[in-house]
This record gives sequence, C-alpha cells and structure tokens, in this order.
Amino acid sequence: MRHVLSVLVENEPGVLSRVSGLFSGRGFNIESLNVAPTPDPETSHMTITTFGDDQILEQIVKQLRKLITVVKVIDFSSQATVEREMMLVRVGAEDGVREEILRLADIFRCKVVDVGHTELVLEASGDQEKLAAILSLLQKYGIREVARTGTVAMRRSLQPDYSKEQA
Amino acid sequence: MAKSGAHILLECIAKEGVDVIFGYPGGVTLDIYDAMPEFDIRHVLVRHEQGAVHAADGYARASGKTGVCLVTSGPGATNTVTGIATAYADSIPLVVFTGQVPVNLIGNDAFQEVDILGITRPCTKHNYMVQSVKDLPQIVRRAFYIARSGRPGPVLVELPRNVLNESMKFNYPSEPVRMRTYNPNLKPNLNQLRKAAGAIAEAKRPLFLVGGGVIMANAGEAITRLANRYQIPVTSTLMGLGAFDGTSPLHLGMLGMHGIYAANMAVSKCDLLIAVGARFDDRVTGRVASFAPKAKIIHIDIDPTSIRKSVEVSIPVVADCRLALEELENILERQKIEGSVSSAEWLEQIDAWRRECPTRSATSSAAVTFSSSGQTDIPDDLVSVSADRDKGKAAFVRPQAVIETLYKLAGGAGNKTIIATEVGQHQMWVAQFYPFSHPRTLLTSGGLGTMGYGLPAAMGAQMALPDSLVIDVAGDGSIQMNLQELGTIAANRLPVKVIILNNHYLGMVRQLQEFFYKKNYQAVGMEVQPDFVQLAEAYGLDGYRVTCPDELEPVLREALASERAVIVDIHVEPEENVYPMVPAGSGLDEMLLA
Repeated sequence: MRHVLSVLVENEPGVLSRVSGLFSGRGFNIESLNVAPTPDPETSHMTITTFGDDQILEQIVKQLRKLITVVKVIDFSSQATVEREMMLVRVGAEDGVREEILRLADIFRCKVVDVGHTELVLEASGDQEKLAAILSLLQKYGIREVARTGTVAMRRSLQPDYSKEQA
Repeated sequence: MAKSGAHILLECIAKEGVDVIFGYPGGVTLDIYDAMPEFDIRHVLVRHEQGAVHAADGYARASGKTGVCLVTSGPGATNTVTGIATAYADSIPLVVFTGQVPVNLIGNDAFQEVDILGITRPCTKHNYMVQSVKDLPQIVRRAFYIARSGRPGPVLVELPRNVLNESMKFNYPSEPVRMRTYNPNLKPNLNQLRKAAGAIAEAKRPLFLVGGGVIMANAGEAITRLANRYQIPVTSTLMGLGAFDGTSPLHLGMLGMHGIYAANMAVSKCDLLIAVGARFDDRVTGRVASFAPKAKIIHIDIDPTSIRKSVEVSIPVVADCRLALEELENILERQKIEGSVSSAEWLEQIDAWRRECPTRSATSSAAVTFSSSGQTDIPDDLVSVSADRDKGKAAFVRPQAVIETLYKLAGGAGNKTIIATEVGQHQMWVAQFYPFSHPRTLLTSGGLGTMGYGLPAAMGAQMALPDSLVIDVAGDGSIQMNLQELGTIAANRLPVKVIILNNHYLGMVRQLQEFFYKKNYQAVGMEVQPDFVQLAEAYGLDGYRVTCPDELEPVLREALASERAVIVDIHVEPEENVYPMVPAGSGLDEMLLA
C-alpha cells in the first residue's frame, strides 16, 4: 500500500543522505521524496512517498524516528489529507493541435508557462490521479519532457489531530 | 582562558571519565598528541586502527564504560570501519575520533582526505563533523551521551585539523546534555507489563530468552530473581551468555543455529517466550515461520525497531530491560503469583531433552580413543588424519575438550575470567562448552561476526581490568587477521593468554563445504602458517604447543598461571564439526546432531 510520510528533520549537512541511506540500506522503497525549508531555520520538512505492507511501514516509521536528526514522523495514511504535486510538461503543439491542448489545459486548470514555435510548457498541479490523467491525455501530442516535484501533503483541518500521539 | 581545540577536546573526553584512549597518530591529529601530556589519560598505541576500535570495544564490553579511539584522517579513518560496524551490530558504546584535513580543504581530494561521515553513516548510531571550535564541546558531550544511552552504539566524530588549533575561551559547561530530537524512552508501559504478568501467570511452559541487551542494561540480577522465584527456564543468545548463571539448573544454554539441543527444543515447544534485550537475529530464530510456533511472545527491548522486525510478538514492551523486569517483579508480587509457574511436566520435559542429547558429557567422554602417538606436527596429508579418526584413533586433541579444560582451570562462579573469542568454530565451542557465570565475561562479535576481533578485544579488556585473567580463544584463521596487535600486547605488558584451536583450516567454512558442498574444500586450507610458538617468542612473549591430549591440561595450567602474555598453539582434530547445527532455512527443532 502507498503511504505518504511527513518527516521533520534537523537542518544539518548530511540529513538527506541519512534518510535516503536508511531507505536504500534496508531495502525500503521511495517513490518520491521532497525536501524544503520550514519557517524554522533549524528544520527542514520532507515528504516521502513509499509503499509496503503494514509490517514494513511500521519498520520504516520506527527506523526514521531512530535517526538522531529526525524530529517527527507522521504517516498520513491514517488520516484525511490533502495531497498535491506540481508538474511541468513540455508537449508538442504544432499549429493544428495547439487549440486542443489549450482547451485541455483549461479543463485541468493548468497554466501555460512557456510557449515555443512547436511546443508548450504546461504547469499542472493536483493529486497523482489528476496528473496521470493529464499525461495520458497529452500523450498523443508528444510529451517531450516532464519535471515533477513529488508529493507534498498536509492533514485536513476538520479531523482529530493524531500527530501528537504519533510523534 | 583561551584554550586550543585540542585542549578542549581532551578536557571534554577526560570529563566523561575516560582514562584510556586507543589510538594511532597521524598528520592531522598531532595537536591532540601535543596536548595529551597535560591530561590524566593513557594513550595506548595500537599497531593498526582496526585493533584500536576492537580494543576500545573489548574495553567497553568488559567494563561497561564507553570505549574511546583516536585515529588520523584518510586510511586511519577507513581502517576503523570494520571495528565500528562490529560495535554497531552488538550495540557497544564507543566514541571514535578521526582527524580530517582542514575545513577549507574538504572536498578537494586532499592528502589523506576521505568522506568518513559518508562511509560510516550506515554503521554508526550517529556521526558528527565539527565545523568550528565553538561547536566542539557540545558535539563531544553529545557523542558520549548518544553512545551510551538508549540502545548503545558507536558514534564517530570527525575533527578537521583547523578546529584543533583554533582557540577560544572555554569553561566546561555544567548543565547536562539535552537534545531536542533524541530522548530514549526508558520507562516501561505498565499496562503492557500487566499483560505480561497475566501471560506469565497463565503459562505452563514459560521460557526466558536472554539477549545482549540484558547485559547492557545490567538486568542479569533481575532475570535471575524472576527465573529462580518462578522456576522459569532460561535460554540465551550468544550475546546474552553470562547474564544468567550458566551453571544454574534452569539454564539451558545458547539457542540458535549452533544452539544446545534442549534450548532449541524448549523454544520450539514453550507456550510463553519472554524475550529480553534480544532482537531475533536470523542465527537465533532459524526459519522464522517455525520459530516458537506454540508460544505467546513477550518482547522487552529498548529499541522500538527491534520489535516486530522479524518475529511477530503478542506483548511488546519498549523500555530499559532492567526497569521493565523490576517493574514486572513488582506486579507479579502484587498479584500474589507464587511458586513455580512452570508445570512439573515442562521441567521434566526439559530434563528429558537434556538426557536425550547431553552437551558436556558427550564430548568429554571417551567416545574417541585418544592416542598420544607423539605426533608433533601437522602431517602433509590431512586426509590421512580423517582416516585415522574414522578408525577411532584421533591423534589430535578434541577442540571441545580444550574449552572444557579451560573452564576447569579458569572458569566457575569464583573466577571472573574474561574470555574473548574470534569468529568461527572455536567461538561456537566456547559458547557451548564454557558456562559463563558473570555478565561481561564473554567478549565476542555476535552480530557482524568479525574474525580478528578477539585479540585486540582481549587487549582492551585487559587494560580495563588489569588484575583479571583475560583469554582470547582463537582459531588459526582468525588469529592471523589482527596478529599485529601482539606488538601492542608486548609493549604494554598485557598478560593476555591466547589459546589457538589450530585445525589448519578455516573450520566453519570447511564444515559448510563438508555438509552442503560435498566436501569440495576450496580456499579453506591453512597449511602454511607461522610457527606460533616462535612468533610469540619473536614478540618477546611465551609460546607453548600442544599436539596430543595428554599435554593439554598441564600445558594450559602452566600457560594460564604465567604472569606474561602467552600463545598456546593447540593442534586439534582438523575435521571436527560444530553440533548441533540448524541448516539454513530450517526450524530450530530440525537440528543435525552428528
């Protein structure tokens, strides 16, 4: 099963390698990993998408908590969350099809962030299914390049906050 | 007063109660050596950095203190890796200081520069680079705190040269170390312990499984009280030997791949397994699916990741083993659980298993007719020796008999003799035939299985306990992996006793080739080896050789009584095997017995 983990870490050199090394060293899977600063300059926030059965996920969470530089780990699979990922797609857009692509972009609320003579760059964001649908629909025009951020996630407000118990 | 980084480092180390550093100097650590005479710290110059780490490890295991090493950058640092991984696998508290090129050269491929933080990240509990002298005191204090608290382990601190000769005003901080992200939980959850007490009260066939964590947590006495009071038999992992008195009738001996028959059978048939400070290593469990199939499992461990890592447990308790067991004792007391928990049938069954496959008497009995034919050296043709054995006439000492004789001469509750081992057949024979009665008296590389561990570990233990008898039981293969430390032993006049069970083979590998590769012996012969007696003499130590059973006891007696370091080269039966043996992928009750 796919799990999204929110991991708060201390901002020290090497922390990313500690986390990624844990996954590779123990044979855990990483589907995506996103790291960015937080308002607190001493910490960074990682969002890790991984998969495995319950026993493996339990190990992943415990092993992450065991790392000295990890402040907090939350497995979002037990709560309601918003998940988003941002994607840039360079897609072929010859004269005859450009309008079609722009309509698709509109339907999916993508932004056109760059225009060339024979191609467009679209910015899309959403959950995994939405991005997969966009890519699928753009396929026939020729996808030339894709850059994705990986998932970021946040718990929804209207529910009990489990994070305190899980920390 | 302004002090140099080197001074501050040594002051912080001294404040941790460290009296010995095992080390090897180099270009970037010279400032530390320059400052050393001002401190009451003994530096032991080893002959190879791997020896320094194993020595610090042996020192830590034997004394319960934190071991400390100091090595230079580059190759000095990489040579520590095997030692660090060894300590990590067995949860031994060490702080390893490595030099590093100055900060402004890092990343430049400078002379003797290596990314030791990157290299050791997966085999340390944590590691640090000191970027500036102002961070030095806090990092050193945290390193010691992390190494010895919670589940202990090695911590590496990298010291760039400029940090050591920069100065700053420094007064040793008085407040204790506090860390936002590291605060190991020691206290047990009482609800879980009440469940555990309930399970104990209900059990008919309970069994304690004692691991190395019991020794780490000094919880041996608590186990002993519980086991004796409620008549609960005890089995032990390799790492747990000594936590519970090995001579007690309740002790079944080691379990696992080369476990004692009764211990493996008891695990397979018990209805309650109380595992304390053990992590269910694959060498302990055999095939997991058939491990303790009838048992409810209580698992007490300080490390949450140990729980449910390989074996499903019914009642996990994450806590310091000693605190958990003491609290469990209180609960059982309050619930007025009295007398034997084990049913009479269970205790009888255990005795029956012992009779069915006794460990000690079988090997020390005259099942093999020894002949003292005066054979003085290994014959050219090893095969003829096997043929000899087949005829029931072994020209050699049986290796198990060496361990039993060693126990007779140096073991028992009255002696806190320290036994270090290398890795292989001799290690298993020590575990099987030498009943350990005290914690911290067996020093052995259990998790990583590091050949070459024993000699430097014995050296470190002898530094910690100068008045104790310290013996390294070795094989002829393992001993050659860190032989250079004989120099350190000689230089420091450490009276370590090295007992080599010499079968001219890498015996454990040969055994595997015999069993599972149709005796296709490849790369296991050690026909060419030094004359260990002359080698001892070359280092100014005393050497002895035993080639027939009659010589064994008198020579060992003389060697152990010596006040000097000795090597005893004992030529043993070349193709003796370690039994019982649970083949890979089999359950513990599927042992090969002979």
